Amino acid sequence: MNHDNIVQVRNIEKHFGDKIAVQGVSFAIKQGEIFGLLGPNGAGKTTILKMITTLLRQDAGKILLNGFDTLAQSRFARQQFSVTGQTAAIDEDLSARENLMIFGKLNGLTGAAARNRATELLTDFDLLHSADQTLATFSGGMRRRLDLAVSLIGKPAILFLDEPTTGLDPRTRTQMWQAIQKLVAQGSTVLLTTQYLEEADHLADRIALIDHGRMIAIGTPSQLKQQVGGLRLRLEVADLKQVTKAQTIIQDVLAASVHVDERTLTALLDDSGMSVVSQILNQLQTAGIAMNNFAVETPSLDDVFLKMTVGKN
Amino acid sequence: MMQSTTNKNLVFSNILTMTHRNLLKTLHNPDNFSDVIMQPVIFTLLFGYLFGGVIAGSVHAYLPMLVSGILVQSILNAASGSGQQLREDINAGVFDRFKTLPISPIVPLAGQLVGDIFRLLISGAMALITAFFMGWRPTVGLPALITVLLLAIFIGWSTSWIFALVGLIAKNAELIGSLSMVIILVMTFLSNAFIPTKTLPKFIQTLVKINPVSLTISAIRTILRTGQWSGNATAVFISGGIIILIFMPLTVFVYQRRR
Ligand SMILES: Nc1ncnc2c1ncn2[C@@H]1O[C@H](COP(=O)(O)OP(=O)(O)OP(=O)(O)O)[C@@H](O)[C@H]1O
Ligand SMILES: [Mg+2]
Repeated sequence: MNHDNIVQVRNIEKHFGDKIAVQGVSFAIKQGEIFGLLGPNGAGKTTILKMITTLLRQDAGKILLNGFDTLAQSRFARQQFSVTGQTAAIDEDLSARENLMIFGKLNGLTGAAARNRATELLTDFDLLHSADQTLATFSGGMRRRLDLAVSLIGKPAILFLDEPTTGLDPRTRTQMWQAIQKLVAQGSTVLLTTQYLEEADHLADRIALIDHGRMIAIGTPSQLKQQVGGLRLRLEVADLKQVTKAQTIIQDVLAASVHVDERTLTALLDDSGMSVVSQILNQLQTAGIAMNNFAVETPSLDDVFLKMTVGKN
Repeated sequence: MMQSTTNKNLVFSNILTMTHRNLLKTLHNPDNFSDVIMQPVIFTLLFGYLFGGVIAGSVHAYLPMLVSGILVQSILNAASGSGQQLREDINAGVFDRFKTLPISPIVPLAGQLVGDIFRLLISGAMALITAFFMGWRPTVGLPALITVLLLAIFIGWSTSWIFALVGLIAKNAELIGSLSMVIILVMTFLSNAFIPTKTLPKFIQTLVKINPVSLTISAIRTILRTGQWSGNATAVFISGGIIILIFMPLTVFVYQRRR
């Protein structure tokens, strides 16, 4: 058994009736890693997470948490982690502090320890001022923060987060990211799911791409990007009427397809380097096409995802 | 050996924590409680003033019969709340978190059901108090009254495990609520709760006789009339115990089953 791998998922599979929700998914997560499961709606992320967190029973395959089998040793497996699900799992009729206290005690803390830890988390998550109100007055972001705080009360070795930032505004999302990074700095291991490629790119050390219940790629963000290869050209045309003209020019120079989204044009550059870029710029200028914006970027995970799932959706 | 005692202590203190949670929830949200208070009051008033004259000659003469019927009906109604509350909790997602905790699977269920004893107590007490205000005067002492209340609560608690099981299996909290209401209405009206059974058709009389609600009410009536515990009461008590022995493990099994 490899003790470096705190989470081991081997060939798990899940059917709902005739429908195959998850098939042949395997990965291992090292201690201290942030691992991202990335995929669109219905890909199977939540189903995978529910199997790992002992809420669902896999039809085939094996899951080990810190070496404990989630089926045969569920009690020990459950001591290794805590989970924040996709939908909030907090008591609406209780205050934030009461929610924390109760889960603190259920995690084996004494009353006093639970109280201290609750105050600590309320402070960390910027909830101290509303700590004793019922949750009816809480915004979505506050609920999400409390939900995460409740998961942290027992200082879990592994933390599972199902779409922790979906529906949050950019500021709250950044707060959430910082909270997750702080946890990992303190020695936890995190598995999170997300639909946001940007989020996985920013947070995760390694990513598994999930689509239609299968794992279609795994690696570090840069490894995945290398699979797509090359740089990407992105420009925004000032006049909407000139978009088609610009598209034709770029297509002719690159001999590759150009993606159009309103005024924004994107295209992958091949290995031929930067000479084509000046060629494009020149031709656009000659044609009198004004631009608001012009950039050469390394590919984002969006590109990876589009390339990997091409023709499958 | 050591291990098992500490585990037992843990289970016990976890159940206490969970009971505390449920009581807090009720206290913060007294609306959940209104049915348990209103039902005994409304039914005692309605039945007493509407049927008292017809059935017993006067409201006052009807009350000794009515009080035990309402008591059992209210207790069953309060017990059915366990299933509904459990389902609401599960639908709210909090139970998924309980399930991933390294605690015994009995804890979340027992926490709910122990907390529900409070509901049972309130509803039973309301039945007796309302009757008292309408002029019912018990002819037996306080110990007998307390015995009656405890017996009713015990029966209510044992049936609340049945309702809890239903709450785990059925998905829709409102459906559980209305279904339990219908069942309780049929069970109590097809019993000796509100009427003397002599005038009923033979077939219905047989149904009424084998209805467990009738047996419970008879046992309670005997205690309220004589002040004495009867063999009938023992039988009711044992039946309650058997229900718990069957339905508690069954409910825990269904709760911790993973699909
Ligand atoms: N209990 C269930 N019964 C039947 N089908 C289910 C069940 N749970 C999930 N599914 C199906 O399994 C597939 C995967 O669902 P899952 O919730 O895991 O997706 P997801 O990646 O989490 O999606 P999202 O981003 O929308 O949360 C979906 O097609 C879904 O309809
Ligand atoms: Mg999901």
